[in-house]
Amino acid sequence: MEEKKLLVSASPHIVDGSSTRGLMIHVIIALVPAMIASAIIFGARALAVVAVTVAACVLFEALFNILMKRPQTVSDCSAVVTGIILAFNLPPTIPLWTAVVGAFVAIVLVKQLFGGIGMNFANPALVGRIALFLGFAAHMTNYAAPAGALDGMASATPLALGAEQSGVSMLRTLVLGTHPGMLGETCALMLVLGGVYLIATGTISPAIPVTYLATVAVMSLLLGQDVVLQLLSGGLLLGAFFMATDYVTSPFTLKGKIVFGIGLGVITCAIRFYSNMNEGVSFALLLMNLLVPYINDLTRQKPLGGGKAK
Amino acid sequence: MLARLKRAAKGARVPHLKGTAGAATVKMPLPEKIVLPMQQHIGAPCTPTVKKGDAVCVGTVVGRAGGPVSADIHSGVSGTVESVDSVLMSGGKSVPAVVIVPDGLQTPDPSLAPPQVTDAQSLAKAARDCGLVGLGGAGFPVAVKLAPRSHLDTLVINGAECEPYLTADNREFLECSDTVMRGVKAVKECLSIERVIFAIERNKPEAIDLMFSLVQGAEGYSVKPLDSRYPQGAEKVLIEKTTGREVPRGGLPADVGVLVMNVTTVSALGRFLDTGMPLTTRRLTVDGDAVEKPQNVEVVIGTPIRDVLAFCGLKGDVAKLLMGGPMMGIAVPDLDQPVLKQNNGLLAFTEKKAHIPAPGPCIRCGRCIEACPLGLSPVEIAGAFNRGDVDALNALMVDLCMNCGSCTYVCPAKRPVSQTMGLAKLMQRKAGKK
Repeated sequence: MEEKKLLVSASPHIVDGSSTRGLMIHVIIALVPAMIASAIIFGARALAVVAVTVAACVLFEALFNILMKRPQTVSDCSAVVTGIILAFNLPPTIPLWTAVVGAFVAIVLVKQLFGGIGMNFANPALVGRIALFLGFAAHMTNYAAPAGALDGMASATPLALGAEQSGVSMLRTLVLGTHPGMLGETCALMLVLGGVYLIATGTISPAIPVTYLATVAVMSLLLGQDVVLQLLSGGLLLGAFFMATDYVTSPFTLKGKIVFGIGLGVITCAIRFYSNMNEGVSFALLLMNLLVPYINDLTRQKPLGGGKAK
Repeated sequence: MLARLKRAAKGARVPHLKGTAGAATVKMPLPEKIVLPMQQHIGAPCTPTVKKGDAVCVGTVVGRAGGPVSADIHSGVSGTVESVDSVLMSGGKSVPAVVIVPDGLQTPDPSLAPPQVTDAQSLAKAARDCGLVGLGGAGFPVAVKLAPRSHLDTLVINGAECEPYLTADNREFLECSDTVMRGVKAVKECLSIERVIFAIERNKPEAIDLMFSLVQGAEGYSVKPLDSRYPQGAEKVLIEKTTGREVPRGGLPADVGVLVMNVTTVSALGRFLDTGMPLTTRRLTVDGDAVEKPQNVEVVIGTPIRDVLAFCGLKGDVAKLLMGGPMMGIAVPDLDQPVLKQNNGLLAFTEKKAHIPAPGPCIRCGRCIEACPLGLSPVEIAGAFNRGDVDALNALMVDLCMNCGSCTYVCPAKRPVSQTMGLAKLMQRKAGKK
């Protein structure tokens, strides 16, 4: 009998079932509840923005790879994740062409020009949001009132208004997200649900969101701010669960993640409490993203038996 | 929590797949010939002591140790030397090999007698005469381990058997606990070791229960059930889990007063003390999706793999054949290779099972860092390797890597991380030699 040649390769000879695409699909699943909430709160326009940014992100990535003769990477779904998160960072009223500009910044400028997936220096969707905020401030702060506008707030976010409403109804508004804001960041309940899904499936480590939120809570308490309002409004939950946990732009080790989370909390509170900008989470994330290589250097694990070296 | 901050060292949650754990070992009939390569251990190859046409008995030395770190090789059959040839080993090295055709009588060598063992020296000599090497896969000559430079206070019996599929060590506990205890007691007494720890993964409850009952009430003996998480059986990891001690970088277990012996190895030593018959047979787990009847078989060392597979039956084409477990085993280039002393398993996979997905770009998720049982940073080591930065490789301590494969196993981008670690180690070593 003619025998086939045996395969020879270096060990290990088995690998687990995880894949980049699988991880990205977990993130997409985790974003779906907030997306549904957004559609209910802000209407179909919110979904249109999501559809446009996702399509633009995927298209830019595909085109870039073709032009640069690089292997096609759209099937890893990371561009879809970027697209959804970018949309979540835009107001539902945003002109669609502006959203496309944001997608261009995110995918081409931040991700692909630096080498594609795994090589970006900051979270692409985040830089997309910041670029649009700086370039199209009027569009980016035109927060629409939720469809139905039940709670009478016109177009200022709860964070900008401060705690004007009474406790219980305020809490309900924040949890359900029926207040003006970026389209994916208002519904605290659904964002936390998505975050819990990511932690439960092992897609992300709880270290960053937990330390980030805890730091914001403690600082709010110490500095006399409304803890609940600070935690549940603005881009904090979206940022903590979905943007700060981006693999490429967050530290590797548990120690590093804790440092990262605390740093995010401190910068977010500093901006929120002491500046007149309303982009606390965005700039905290950008600054901390840039510090990640240094945090990695300083928070490396001590190898087993490596104590006596050097 | 504090330990996690120091290093995650999660290892890899590999599947157990220990379907053969419950079945008693089956003794395989003698093959038509045995092939004994002169390299079945770490260290210098042996020199053949027989020539074509010589008659040999069971236990006759056919290869003499080539140096202090080496181990004699004995014939497992009585018969005639057919040739002294060279064979190509899976590592790519060509070594001499003695081929023996059995006469079927299995006459033992008349010179064999149980050794007199009273102290460390005579015990090391016994291990040498037995041709004993680490049977858990490493193949390190046991006599060298039994002659430590400093006093040892702890003997850890490695029964972790953390590789998927393999159950040979489990069967050793269950079928040969008397020779296990015989060997352990001899090592403990001859080296004046204070305590013995049997370290067994929790996925072997029968073995754990048996050892608990055997050491109950005995001073200095304990059983340590380990989490079933790869690679608990890696020497440095095992020492840390059982004693809390860290073997220093570049050091040996003896530097922290510990001797680690695989359960099958210590049992083989015990058997030699009783019978004087050197190491000529061994148990191995034959499994994999191409094997019809997965089981543990006892074979004469030197039996061609082809014969072992024929004995267990094949279903489907073998695309990949591993000596050892799927995490650290060696892919064998052809089925005519013989079973070696240190082979604890033969795994035959069909093409479907042998398939490894194509690698994609690293997403810097850090799972390799979390998984590394030694707390290394594979992703950063790969970066340093790619830019040829030897200083960074030194700082990242790539030399500690034992190529357990956990990093590759968990990588979602399916990158061959462990291979890169191996290349990085080589780069570091070469730079050091300049």
